[in-house]
Amino acid sequence: MIVQDKLSVKPMTRLLGIDVGSTTVKVAVIEGDNVIYNSYVRHFSRVKDTVLSELEQVSTKFGGEYCVSITGSAGLGLSQRSGLNFVQEVQAAFIAIRKFYPDADAAVELGGEDAKIIFITGGTEQRMNGSCAGGTGAFIDQMATLLDITVTEMDEYAMKAEKVYPIASRCGVFAKSDVQPLINQGARKEDIAASIFQAVVDQTVSGLAQGRRIKGKVLFLGGPLYFLKSLRKAFVTTLKLSEENAVFPENAPCFMSIGAAFGSVGVVPLNIKEIITKIGSVRESDDIATCDPLFTSKEEYAEFVKRHRATDLKFADIESYEGDCYLGIDSGSTTTKLMLITPDCRILYSHYQTNNGQPLDVIISRLKEIYKLGKGRLKIRGSAVTGYGEDLIKSAIKADFGIVETVAHFKAATHFNPDVDFIIDIGGQDIKCFKIKNGAIDSIMLNEACSSGCGSFIQTFARAMGMEIDKFAAEGLYAKRPVELGSRCTVFMNSAVKQAQKEGAGVDDISAGLSSSIVKNAIYKVIRAANADELGKNIVVQGGTFLNDAVLRSFEKETGKNVIRPGIAGLMGAFGAALYAMENVNGESTVIGEKELDGFTYTSKSSNCHGCTSNCNINIISFGDGRRYVSGNKCERGAGLKPASPELDIYAYKQTALLQTVKGELHSGKRGTVGLPLQLGMYEQLPLWAGFFETIGFEVVLSDKSSRELYFKGQHTVASDTACYPAKLMHGHIESLLDKNADFIFMPCESYNIDEHCSTNHYNCPVVAYYPELLKANNERLNENNFIMPYIDLNMRKVTVKKLYSVFAKYGVKKSEIAKGLEEGFKRLEEYHCGVRAKAEEILDKAERQGKQTIVLAGRPYHIDNEINHGINKLLTSLGFAVLSEDSVFERGDEVKVNVLNQWTYHARLYRAADFVSKNKNVNLVQLVSFGCGLDAITADEVRSILEKNGKLYTQIKIDEINNLGVVKIRLRSMLAAIEENARKNRG
Amino acid sequence: MKTDYTNGYPKWDKSMKNTHKILIPNMLPWHFLIIQEVLKMEGYDVEVLTNDSRAVIDEGLKHVHNDTCYPCLCVVGQYIDALKSGKYDPDKTALLITQTGGGCRASNYMPLIRKAVASEFPNVPVLSVNFSGLEKDSSLDMSLPLMLRLVYAIIYGDSIMWCYNQTRPYEAEQGSADVARDVAVRDVVEKFKSGKYKNYKKITKNIIRIFSAVKRTEERKVKVGIVGEIYVKYAHIGNNRLEEFLISENCEPVVPALMDFVLYCIINVVNDRKFYGHNPATAFAYRLVYNLLHGKQKNIIKIFEKDGNFTPIHDFEHLRKCADKVLNQGVKMGEGWLIPAEMAALAETDVPNIVCAQPFGCLPNHIAGKGAIRTLKNLYKDENIVAVDYDPSATKVNQENRIKLMLATARENNGRINN
Repeated sequence: MIVQDKLSVKPMTRLLGIDVGSTTVKVAVIEGDNVIYNSYVRHFSRVKDTVLSELEQVSTKFGGEYCVSITGSAGLGLSQRSGLNFVQEVQAAFIAIRKFYPDADAAVELGGEDAKIIFITGGTEQRMNGSCAGGTGAFIDQMATLLDITVTEMDEYAMKAEKVYPIASRCGVFAKSDVQPLINQGARKEDIAASIFQAVVDQTVSGLAQGRRIKGKVLFLGGPLYFLKSLRKAFVTTLKLSEENAVFPENAPCFMSIGAAFGSVGVVPLNIKEIITKIGSVRESDDIATCDPLFTSKEEYAEFVKRHRATDLKFADIESYEGDCYLGIDSGSTTTKLMLITPDCRILYSHYQTNNGQPLDVIISRLKEIYKLGKGRLKIRGSAVTGYGEDLIKSAIKADFGIVETVAHFKAATHFNPDVDFIIDIGGQDIKCFKIKNGAIDSIMLNEACSSGCGSFIQTFARAMGMEIDKFAAEGLYAKRPVELGSRCTVFMNSAVKQAQKEGAGVDDISAGLSSSIVKNAIYKVIRAANADELGKNIVVQGGTFLNDAVLRSFEKETGKNVIRPGIAGLMGAFGAALYAMENVNGESTVIGEKELDGFTYTSKSSNCHGCTSNCNINIISFGDGRRYVSGNKCERGAGLKPASPELDIYAYKQTALLQTVKGELHSGKRGTVGLPLQLGMYEQLPLWAGFFETIGFEVVLSDKSSRELYFKGQHTVASDTACYPAKLMHGHIESLLDKNADFIFMPCESYNIDEHCSTNHYNCPVVAYYPELLKANNERLNENNFIMPYIDLNMRKVTVKKLYSVFAKYGVKKSEIAKGLEEGFKRLEEYHCGVRAKAEEILDKAERQGKQTIVLAGRPYHIDNEINHGINKLLTSLGFAVLSEDSVFERGDEVKVNVLNQWTYHARLYRAADFVSKNKNVNLVQLVSFGCGLDAITADEVRSILEKNGKLYTQIKIDEINNLGVVKIRLRSMLAAIEENARKNRG
Repeated sequence: MKTDYTNGYPKWDKSMKNTHKILIPNMLPWHFLIIQEVLKMEGYDVEVLTNDSRAVIDEGLKHVHNDTCYPCLCVVGQYIDALKSGKYDPDKTALLITQTGGGCRASNYMPLIRKAVASEFPNVPVLSVNFSGLEKDSSLDMSLPLMLRLVYAIIYGDSIMWCYNQTRPYEAEQGSADVARDVAVRDVVEKFKSGKYKNYKKITKNIIRIFSAVKRTEERKVKVGIVGEIYVKYAHIGNNRLEEFLISENCEPVVPALMDFVLYCIINVVNDRKFYGHNPATAFAYRLVYNLLHGKQKNIIKIFEKDGNFTPIHDFEHLRKCADKVLNQGVKMGEGWLIPAEMAALAETDVPNIVCAQPFGCLPNHIAGKGAIRTLKNLYKDENIVAVDYDPSATKVNQENRIKLMLATARENNGRINN
């Protein structure tokens, strides 16, 4: 073993390292160069006590003096207060690596809430995940909770996987929204488990390595990588490591504590008793923010409980009841809810259960029970299904109706308060809020990443603290000083909790704090209310999470209003579905009968769809009677809809028309080839540059079509993980062009976009404007010669000619040719725009003749990319809408005055498109916003205000790498329901 | 450029100068203290806000979109928290904010603040300080003498900050650097009052003298540069008191001058001419101003060099050369090329350890901050940068742990593992 001088140890001075992570405490004792003791225990947030008891063991076993250091994310505070030495944990790992594996090239360490990479050879570098912390141990825990299995089970499942589904790895929230539909659609647990581990690997490779390849001899450290074989396998496969180059040290879980111990060399030795005294005397500080208690007395709580009892429904006895009844099923993301009611709304049967990822099994067994209890006395007259699993369940049990969940919830809320004007539903995985105006759903808000604290979050937390959710919630009711825990993303909340624990907050304070942060997240982040009065006068709250009195109380306190929480808060979707069935059924119900149910069987199989080139991963569920249900397609088929023709879809038109602007004339390649990456700004300016280059004698080579695979291809050069997906995709486009061996890639930097004379200024967004700089800096294959990125302002034609001439003169291009080329380019751009406008006209006409509603799917030029919009245009057409884009209609709208500085070309188009929409009866707008687009944080409010001022609905869809349309579909169908409701009202 | 807004909003009327108190959000406490006095001398009743409790962030969260940049949230929060304190009469208070008019979201602070404030304090006008002709009906009158005074205020503020940061970590007697700073600020304000503020050479020498009188230890500490988005780089509300944290970690914070940002904004207009052929007359005028200011900067550097007690501030021309090594000066949105320029210049002046502070999701920073780190590391062997995101919910413990990692590497590079 090589021991470096500065690390050498005087004999007999024992070293002690204490690693306090987010979930575990690790202790190591070293004598000479040997690790003579180490331990690894979970601390369940009782950091100090756990450390002390571990040290007592060291004391009993060895006694004596130690040079001691503390390390780890939760160890910082402990070290500061006890005055003991602190070694940053990555540094600790580094010390240990050099000690034991001096020939390692890199190390990957996954911890509870951190992920780290250390590059050793070729320029030492140590990296940690930033504030977006997907892909860590906590993430794996969360996912296991979601699948309702232990992490160990998940590991075993993953070993038996047959395929891997793409799961967004950027953040746990995104991943959940990919995983949930897979569960609901019946994908195999084995495959899901493996996909989750793959997502962790992808996150580490893209989020942490950021442009640097992990190669050579790689060490894998930290608990998850030690215990989870599937995760190891995924890493080794992805990084293409040979057996001898993938090292999993035996002492991996305790590696950091060993490093910290070695990092103590030179620290003044202390007796173990003294160390224990020092840590034992650490005082909890009080510099954490706290809020008011939820209840100050038992009486107050009793009064509160009594008030809410008033809205409980009555029961009817299923064992004696005879007559009609209606069935409602809400197949939610994690739970399945089922309700059977009498015509006068008494409850005959209700069920609420975590579906363990098998909603169909749950429902079948419950239905069987209902039939058994009913003994032929019950007559199910109608049935309806709602929720994530709607399609599957509806086809399985042949329900009469499938309704969108917002409609179901509204129906149910109206039962409790006909004047309801605001409904908020906080479930396990999502928050839904809707405002009601004139008896119809007026606006819908769903939570998205970065505003995601929901019910399951509390549940995961309770489990992490080793408690059942009910007990955990009850703890919070009388907490004296609930902690203030931020309100953004669950990851941030995790670290806020960590901080609070460090500061000595108790479980009760944390429980109450979590309840209030979920409420604040809903009010200020999802609804984005400036104050509580904005919500409405008659508020109904529902969803399983509101059964938690601490959450309910927090909501009432935050809004300063008494609200209605029905006793069946967790079953409102099912109740609404049952009500809907009751109101709408016509004739006999189609629902599966008792006999048929007895013989019901199904099998689930994963496969690939070969309907188009996408080859989507699909699930085929075959029912015993030979019927089949297919899910998982990215296209409208996957959404359970009939394919729609692209005839009324301008997105489809643009995709084709844009590519046709590259004409590929015979003589065009005389000077060579130019690669144009079809992403970001090129989606607007391709006609221009195609015209330019073909005129001056270059053959145009386009990058490959965007896809998930293409993204992975460039993932290792992504420098900023929080940039928008279109930008991150650009890296793959560049890689594909490099592989195509074009003479050079052309991508101009443009601070200014083309001035369309309808805004104060005409900037590009910083990402579109300067992304070439980032590409050049982070892709080592790019250089001055093969990547040309001049700074130009296309509004200044003369200067542009000069600039381009200076760039292309070396290819023998004359200045006059440049000018001619630009002219041709602008001509093609204008032709393209004209074509788009004409197509819009045609679509509008046809839609009107066919009596169809039109949606302006408004975003940026690059949103026509199917990998970016995930086929939302197709989903819309299959729902029966005609689809236009912002650039096809904005010129029909007037120049709009807005309340912000209108200084970006693409935004000015958005505003004018909104103006056009607000002036036309059968046209509505859906805004596509790329996650991480800072500019759209500003435009969204303005577009909304333009539309709402004119009585139009505003619908926004945030898109990222997630490629499941489930949530989008709910939103669009809710919008459709609202539009129809409005239309019906206007008629009648 | 024209600006027009649909909703009406309270406008700043010149007569309000006599009736209204103007509140200024805090970014650089000592610079702004001097600026506050300068504006007072102009007859404005101004006050730089000092409220910085958690309530500031909470108010910001309530009034600003979650995805909007953190600085905007902090500024709005500070305003609303102040207005709610009851210390100010909402009918006789105005708010002041600077605007650059660049292609970054920051240009929209003004309208965003207006929207946020209007929901609770509809009569409070928001005033803009800008040089782009924005907000004509609500901006501070920029007379040439006032501009000049502001420029001097920034120059002196920079010198004080620069000397203070080189004194505070080494002070032999605790608190003596703070005393020196107070004396220096008071002296500068005196100079403005007596009208002798233009003699910047003498004043700079005086500042240096005051600080060199503070007894310093011989210790050698790790120097850590702070760069990034302008607000989180400087404002302690924005960066969780980063300078104090670094000092407590036994480091010397190196915070580049505010004048650099001013020169950066000016030279960008000159560059627009060079790159895109924009208005030559404007570019010419800006060039003159640039030359004037840069001339002063060079003289100040000479004074620092001659005195020898403190490392001099960066020469802006050197910063531009540094920028060219990393990326094009065309990257001009937000803090753009100034960020990598400062990181490179710091590396070249023995400060390779850097915190790049940025608001979570800051767009220009994707390119000029995180995006440029790889190039910088290739250029400078020991470059040791940690990019830290600031955000209303990011926790201090998380940020500090990452900074500590950078410091561990720094110490290692300095050949000392345990301090």
